[in-house]
Amino acid sequence: MIAKLDHQMLWIFAALLVLLLISSVIGFILSRTARSEGGKATIKNLNARIIAWWKMSGIFALTLLMGPHGSILLFALISFLALREYMTLIRTSRADHNTLFWSFFVITPLQYWLLYISWYGLFVALVPVYVFLFIPARLVLEGDTTGFLDRAARIHWGLMICVYCISYAPALLILDIPGHRQDPKLLLFLVIVVQLSDVFQYVWGKLLGKRKIAPHVSPNKTWEGFVGGILCATAVGGGLWWMTPFSRGQALAMSLLLTLLGFAGGLVMSAIKRDRSVKDFGNTIEGHGGILDRMDSVCFSAPIFFHLTRYFFT
Amino acid sequence: MIRDWLASLIAAFARGLTGATVQWVNCRPAVGQRIYFANHTSHLDFVVLWSVLPPDLRRLVRPVAAKDYWSSGLRKELAVNVFHAVLIERRAHSATVKAAGQHEPVQHPAGHALLAQQSVIERTSTERAPVEHSLIEHAMDDLLNALGEKNSLIIFPEGTRGNGEVIAPFKSGIYHLWRHRPDVEFVPVYLANLNRVLPKGEFLPVPIISRVIFGPPLQLEQHESKESFIHKAHQAVCTLGEL
Repeated sequence: MIAKLDHQMLWIFAALLVLLLISSVIGFILSRTARSEGGKATIKNLNARIIAWWKMSGIFALTLLMGPHGSILLFALISFLALREYMTLIRTSRADHNTLFWSFFVITPLQYWLLYISWYGLFVALVPVYVFLFIPARLVLEGDTTGFLDRAARIHWGLMICVYCISYAPALLILDIPGHRQDPKLLLFLVIVVQLSDVFQYVWGKLLGKRKIAPHVSPNKTWEGFVGGILCATAVGGGLWWMTPFSRGQALAMSLLLTLLGFAGGLVMSAIKRDRSVKDFGNTIEGHGGILDRMDSVCFSAPIFFHLTRYFFT
Repeated sequence: MIRDWLASLIAAFARGLTGATVQWVNCRPAVGQRIYFANHTSHLDFVVLWSVLPPDLRRLVRPVAAKDYWSSGLRKELAVNVFHAVLIERRAHSATVKAAGQHEPVQHPAGHALLAQQSVIERTSTERAPVEHSLIEHAMDDLLNALGEKNSLIIFPEGTRGNGEVIAPFKSGIYHLWRHRPDVEFVPVYLANLNRVLPKGEFLPVPIISRVIFGPPLQLEQHESKESFIHKAHQAVCTLGEL
């Protein structure tokens, strides 16, 4: 199951390589010029992020080349680790134990197995319908009614975000789009636009950021970062129309929507972190925080991107 | 050779399952003789504590575990050959409880059979049974032998697994250990979230991320009283838990 490496993929990978090289050079130069303590800390974090980007891009590119099965496996692992960060952060009760076991070791693999066998009908219904009913039913068997609705809702919400929503990214590979069957470029497009949007928001925010956009939820997000990030990522997404089934205009509109959804995802996940008084979901990815800190924008954009593409282009 | 390899494998698995992150607070991994004492909430406690130590230390650090839980089949193989656990008898009365058909109280593993026992004896010194007494001395001898000239121990002075919310008062066995070996460093360890990974009474683990926090060795006076020693030790673990 090796995906064919067409010339479009080669161009994208080459561009990513150049982008990473340029970032590394800039990071190196900045590390030589930073003077203030605060500046040094920021640059150190920036360089940690760049190194992590090299690793993440490498892993992602490799699994893309392994064909759909590689990507399904990668995202299954990402879901598992994201769910783990989520469940660790939220309050769970002793009586949730067995339901948590089901969530990690039965529901998560099952969702991705459905992708593996391309059973679309159950893939879209499993978590929102079957699991939605299963969780309270399994919890009630424990006989502990304390905070019952809270507990059931928290567990289900975690599965929706970390497993259901994330699984929509590799689900793009089972879409039957004329001329784009099992096309890794659609997944690549989604990830590039959403992640570049995060990167551009970070860069513009650091360079020009003054007015806070949501001071109580995410103190580092600014209007300048938001506008600059969304515009740049949308422009790049529009420029990548040739790797998608979309026209130029459609690619531009899709990119705008993806970046806005990604921004919403970042804010929502920040709200959860603030509520639990932590800065990050974990420390798996150096400089970035946890897996869920990196995936928050994908969680929100992947399902909508999937369904719009499926509705209009298959 | 195979044992070392198996030990590394199990340590890697335990770290992977529990995603354990380690913090050394004013303390460093060192080869010197130590007693690591920690709060106790899960069967996984000593495995995880042991697995986050550097490999060259692991060979010298021996967990103290209950003989009846760890002395059959695969568990025994692991306990004896891989973890080099010190297996000691539980208190006599848990055997009676077990015979009476009550399972839960005998669940606690870890060698705090002995540590629990010490306090039972002290509290009820007037009614101490000779058989219990010899059992304790026997167990203390086992611990001191296991410690030897170069080994370290992992103990859980609460005597039984708690629910993860409060750290139960320590039994006095740890104090008697110090009286016998004042030259050994007593290092407090706080284990976070392991009660969520594998709580008391559960068989299947859940991969919640855990933390292991090592604190600075206890600073003790030469003639520290028992109460003061126990207080300092308990406080040290509680302080790490608040980090």
